[in-house]
Amino acid sequence: MTVALLARKLGMAQVFADDGRCYGVTVLEAGPCPVVQAKTEATDGYEALQIGFGPVRKQGVNRPSAGHFEAAGVEPTRQLREVRGVEPAAVGEVLTVAGFEAGSRVDVSGVSKGKGFAGQHKRHNFGRGPVTHGSHNIRQPGSVGSVDAARTFPGLKMAGHLGDHRATVLRLEVFRVDPERNLLMVKGAVPGATGGLLMVRSSRPRIRKVRGQR
Amino acid sequence: MNIIDLLEEEQLRDDVPELRPGDTVRVHAKVVEGTRERVQVFEGVVIALHSGGVRRSVTVRRTAHGVGVERTFLVHSPRLAKIEVVRHGVVHRAKLYYLRGKVGKQARIRERRETPARVAAEPAAAATIESEPEVAAPARRRSLRPRRSPAK
Repeated sequence: MTVALLARKLGMAQVFADDGRCYGVTVLEAGPCPVVQAKTEATDGYEALQIGFGPVRKQGVNRPSAGHFEAAGVEPTRQLREVRGVEPAAVGEVLTVAGFEAGSRVDVSGVSKGKGFAGQHKRHNFGRGPVTHGSHNIRQPGSVGSVDAARTFPGLKMAGHLGDHRATVLRLEVFRVDPERNLLMVKGAVPGATGGLLMVRSSRPRIRKVRGQR
Repeated sequence: MNIIDLLEEEQLRDDVPELRPGDTVRVHAKVVEGTRERVQVFEGVVIALHSGGVRRSVTVRRTAHGVGVERTFLVHSPRLAKIEVVRHGVVHRAKLYYLRGKVGKQARIRERRETPARVAAEPAAAATIESEPEVAAPARRRSLRPRRSPAK
């Protein structure tokens, strides 16, 4: 069953599991997410759910969007996102973290931390040159192409802006679900800074290739 | 309180004794052997305490069959049955890594006796002190001379 929720990153913690091992987990405040609109093949040309997340002050909602929430009969939310390929749900229904199960896998998307203008080493994992013996090639990019071509090919890895883009971490294990506090704990790190908006959705089952079969 | 601190605090154990570098401790660790679980005791000197809260760990060093063995335990781990403080030591350092280079007599640590911490930790010991005049207590506590240990 595919479930998707909007979430806020609360930070990381160390938690003991039932077997006594200690794990680094990311704590997310996931949901509750009301379904604000259900897009259908007939009216919109595709199937999707529009879900909301997070409280918002009355002044934070303009009239068009207030009407949109009014039509759905749900409280206005700060965030609205569309999700496709999930279990169908009725407008007004509230999706919660109870839809996830400890031990299952989720994909978490968010906007990564911005690193500004970064060199090749940080951005593309280039190696560095020698630091001594008169070398001045410490953090230089190296060759950008042949003399023959007389130009640099597009898409060459160079220094530039790093981070602050959408990033997804696939197949994180759900460590614990706390429906009372709307908390979701996943093993490992997720993109972005604490407080950042995330999309959590259940991972697709892994398709194992059987040897010898096409 | 923020939720991260709260989650970590929920896991803290309340049966952890006060540990200090130089103390000799017995750590009762649960060990899984095949399908059975048993408790293994590791006794040695606390040579380092690290971090705080749920991350607090203790490094214990002992010499077994002439070989130095060090184990680090997470103090709040549910895999520890208990930690006992056997003896308090007098040391002037937070990390006793210098013990690694010492053997035999040089690796000894002087015992700390009848300090306020001990009195608080062991009510039985406190009772014997109470019978003596209160005013004499601070001067005596500062003395590092080996004393007759109180009845246990």
